[in-house]
Amino acid sequence: MSDTKGHDHDHDHDHDHSELSEMDLRVRALESVLTEKGYIDPAALDVLIDTYQTRIGPRNGARVVARAWADPGYLAWLQQDATAAIASLGYTGRQGEHMVALVNTPTLHHLVVCTLCSCYPWPVLGLPPTWYKSAPYRARVVQDPRGVLADFGVTLPGNVAVLVSDSTAEVRYLVIPQRPAGTAGFTEAQLADLVTRDSMIGCGLAREPGAAQPSANTATNAATSAAANAPTSPPAPAKPHTP
Amino acid sequence: MSYQTHADLGGQTGHGAVLPEPESELWHAAWEPRALALTLAAGATGAWNIDQSRAARETLPDYARLGYYQIWLAALQKLLAERGLVGDDEIQAGHALRAANPAQLAQHIKRVLGAADVSAALAKGSATQRPPTTAARFALGDRVKTITAVPLHHTRLPAYARGKLGVVRRVHGTHVFADANAQGLGEQPQWLYGVEFDGATLWGDSDSGGGNGGGQAGVRVSIDAWEPYLESAP
Repeated sequence: MSDTKGHDHDHDHDHDHSELSEMDLRVRALESVLTEKGYIDPAALDVLIDTYQTRIGPRNGARVVARAWADPGYLAWLQQDATAAIASLGYTGRQGEHMVALVNTPTLHHLVVCTLCSCYPWPVLGLPPTWYKSAPYRARVVQDPRGVLADFGVTLPGNVAVLVSDSTAEVRYLVIPQRPAGTAGFTEAQLADLVTRDSMIGCGLAREPGAAQPSANTATNAATSAAANAPTSPPAPAKPHTP
Repeated sequence: MSYQTHADLGGQTGHGAVLPEPESELWHAAWEPRALALTLAAGATGAWNIDQSRAARETLPDYARLGYYQIWLAALQKLLAERGLVGDDEIQAGHALRAANPAQLAQHIKRVLGAADVSAALAKGSATQRPPTTAARFALGDRVKTITAVPLHHTRLPAYARGKLGVVRRVHGTHVFADANAQGLGEQPQWLYGVEFDGATLWGDSDSGGGNGGGQAGVRVSIDAWEPYLESAP
């Protein structure tokens, strides 16, 4: 038996670092064994990672929402057959085989969870954020959704009913947030920039046009769309965060 | 034989606040993307189905202590070991110590996902809807009560929704039945319904709903429930 753990001495110096290294080693070992046995093609791993880093993420869902805001016919199709309507924009497959759109209204707010594991609509939102997979969200949102919304800096008027959809089977849910005021005449691309990932889970609202991007660690909004917005939005570093 | 899930978290208290994170934050350690890809590629062999992988994850004794991709990796090792495909000693060694047994190979490794096939495989996915062979027992608006039995196998009826009165709000068609599929008993498709409950039904009235703000006015919860989870209610 060969020993690949050549630097056990590190354990004495830096526990965090050595714990990471241990996971690194374990993943590498698993990849080597699976490759040597011919069960996997390591080149496929690179493509899988690249796909979820660059091609399949919440900007896909933002395009669905923007189309729904811009085109009442598309919204009707989405409510009738979300799987087909979303597929028409090119988003299909793994963890989005059976889609349902949940449309927020002035009197009804939707939230989505998977209390039993981490079911999430990958083709439109990509990989789930850590909080979505973690105990605090999964435990509390079905019982205290307004309290969870408060953790995201969102307060709904008291007359708004809240419906939490627990993804307990293979149906996946996409929340269509309400279109912000002041967006008449916006192009779909401009509208999509206002759609945050969290708003499509129901833990946030779409951004108001001209509102500052929240700072990265408050996270109700899209860090990735900050870059996409750069050419059209004036820099607003001094503006306070508006939930 | 007993079966204990550690993943049925809905309604538990004491887990603290939700910690939001920015949309750009995909990974929290360098090994995580590789762990994700390994899990997907190994799953693509067809050696187990998604319900078997969920069962492997939720029964890990240290589930509550592990990060999400650590759970995935531990379950992956368990699934591989159970099928005789990879031994823990090989992972310890960092390389294969035995050739794969041809019979196990033929039974479990139905395909190997190539780099060129990834895009098509992801875009195709694995649909779970099947043509119905029976009439649906319930219709939109029907009042139903969920069963109270706790099965000794993987199931998808959350504990908080057992023995509760609800209303059928969606009929999703017939889908692969997770309980059967997780046990390797085949797909046994069953009608699947979206069933909605009042918060007060699940958690009691707001004044007596416990320390978690339970039973807030105007809160409803919906689950997707296969027909065997449901009984008719007056």
